[in-house]
Amino acid sequence: MSNLNSFDRLRTSSSILNLQSLRPDLQVVARLIPAQIRVLDLGCGDGELLDYLVHQQQVKGRGIELGEQEVLACVRRGLSVRQGNLEEGLADYPDDSFDYVVLSQTLPFLDNPEMILREMLRVGQKAIVSFPNWGYWRCRWDLMLTGKIPQAPDLPQSWSDSPRWQALTVADFMKFCRTVEISILDEVYMAGGRQAPVGTFKNLLATTAVYVLTS
Amino acid sequence: MIPEDSVGIVKPQTYTFAQNEPFMLESGAMLSPVTLAYETYGELNAAASNAILICHALSGSDHAAGYHEGEEKPGWWEDCIGPGKAFDTNRFFVICSNVLGSCYGSTGPTALNPETGKPYGLRFPVITIGDMVRAQVKLIDRLGIDQLFCVAGGSMGGMQVLEWAAHHPERVKAAIPLATTGRHSPMLIALSEVGRQAIYADPKWQAGDYYDKPQKPDDGLAVARMVGHITYLSDESMQMKFGRRLQNREKYGFEFQTEFQVESYLKYNGNNFTRRFDANSYLYVTKAMDYFDLTEPTGTLAGSFVHSADIKFLVVSFTSDWLYPTYHSKDMVKALTAVGADVTFLDIESSWGHDAFLLEVDTMTQLLGSFLERLWQEENEDQRLKINGVAREQS
Repeated sequence: MSNLNSFDRLRTSSSILNLQSLRPDLQVVARLIPAQIRVLDLGCGDGELLDYLVHQQQVKGRGIELGEQEVLACVRRGLSVRQGNLEEGLADYPDDSFDYVVLSQTLPFLDNPEMILREMLRVGQKAIVSFPNWGYWRCRWDLMLTGKIPQAPDLPQSWSDSPRWQALTVADFMKFCRTVEISILDEVYMAGGRQAPVGTFKNLLATTAVYVLTS
Repeated sequence: MIPEDSVGIVKPQTYTFAQNEPFMLESGAMLSPVTLAYETYGELNAAASNAILICHALSGSDHAAGYHEGEEKPGWWEDCIGPGKAFDTNRFFVICSNVLGSCYGSTGPTALNPETGKPYGLRFPVITIGDMVRAQVKLIDRLGIDQLFCVAGGSMGGMQVLEWAAHHPERVKAAIPLATTGRHSPMLIALSEVGRQAIYADPKWQAGDYYDKPQKPDDGLAVARMVGHITYLSDESMQMKFGRRLQNREKYGFEFQTEFQVESYLKYNGNNFTRRFDANSYLYVTKAMDYFDLTEPTGTLAGSFVHSADIKFLVVSFTSDWLYPTYHSKDMVKALTAVGADVTFLDIESSWGHDAFLLEVDTMTQLLGSFLERLWQEENEDQRLKINGVAREQS
């Protein structure tokens, strides 16, 4: 009898029924993605974004995720996800396999960001990248005043925690895109956990930046 | 007392074909007639769209679930097949057949050679995984199933799953290859060969003609099985299971008796195996695995899967499986991704070695159950859209 009960628990059902139940930064990403297209989510975690896109937006979604428990959670949400690292995973896909390739809040943890971004734009027409902005005024204030490495407002993690991260700012990323000739099609900024009109002072006011890129 | 979540008492059935027109094997040899022993659980629906084929491993049989009358031990995958289990028999019609060349009722070296009226022995033609699967295709035809909802299996069963996906893609909706490979490695061939050599070296083997003799090559077969058992475990699982513990004694005897628990385990399982398996079948089935190489004839795994892009795959490997290490599954995933197939892949953290695919019941139940549930929902959605489409056309 216990077996029946345990199986009931594993029946897949979408737990993300509307946009508002997504994590705020994922809401911003989700709004940038049209319905019914092909999406690859890199480092998709437990599949929150894909769950919404696949089940509510009829997106053909795929994910790559390193963690075993996270992949298991994705399968339980009824998603198609491969376990593995991004370098290996991306390399397997033919050119233009997807309309959008998403990398949310993972950029600071990559060993070779340029390579990954290039791969994203090889397997996808467009890429969506979000990252915490260490150029945010409070981060600067923290470093200046306390002399300590600031924690990203939307991704707080101490320097001693793993995985290792590389801080970057909105200004760094925009310069990088110019240098490697990646075009920015759209940009959205967040502050205080929601989309915010930060204008020219984005590097100072944004806590998280989201870009739509193409090659 | 049969548990509530079991399919209950089951009876093996047989299907015989190729009585008039012989069954042509990959080697070019002919076989006539061919019998497959099989069991089924659950009900085939009216559209014949809910069938799942389970493929067994080297020493397995068609008895995958439930209990034979008067027996206490259930089928080999009882944990996963039954009402409410991962392969839910309330929903699916589950089929498992004994492979060609084996000794559980399907045609193999123990079967009577119609030309001589005696068991084939080594006159039985060498078979391949491809032959096993083509025989299964005949069975599926016979059962009136056009397309299987899913084919699933581990180890050699996984090879059959991949063979179905590569060479009969239109007959399969989804495929679940577990702890397996698309290409038998030299290490696997070497281990197979040690088992075979143990059988050849047994004087009672008599070049395979032992069926009318008082004794069978049990010693050779037992050694072959012991090698097998070592490869199904892992360094860690042996540490946990046996350590250096002694069996029924306190200290070393300084003699050549069974002293360590691990020795006792191997001896017990080796001997047990001779009561349920045939030495010649062991030769044929291991040989079939050794020939398995889906990189043929194109040179790449992806080449074999070019027509498999519409199949949904769930590929699973286990971290401590050194017999079919994770890289085998990753190669598969790479090839399947390259051809555009929908692949879910998980490398499960486990210390149980190759045996993990049968032992990691909780994780496997979640994975298999959720994967099948998703396919079932997608299938119903497709059907709904199709019906709506037809209705619109008609109006």
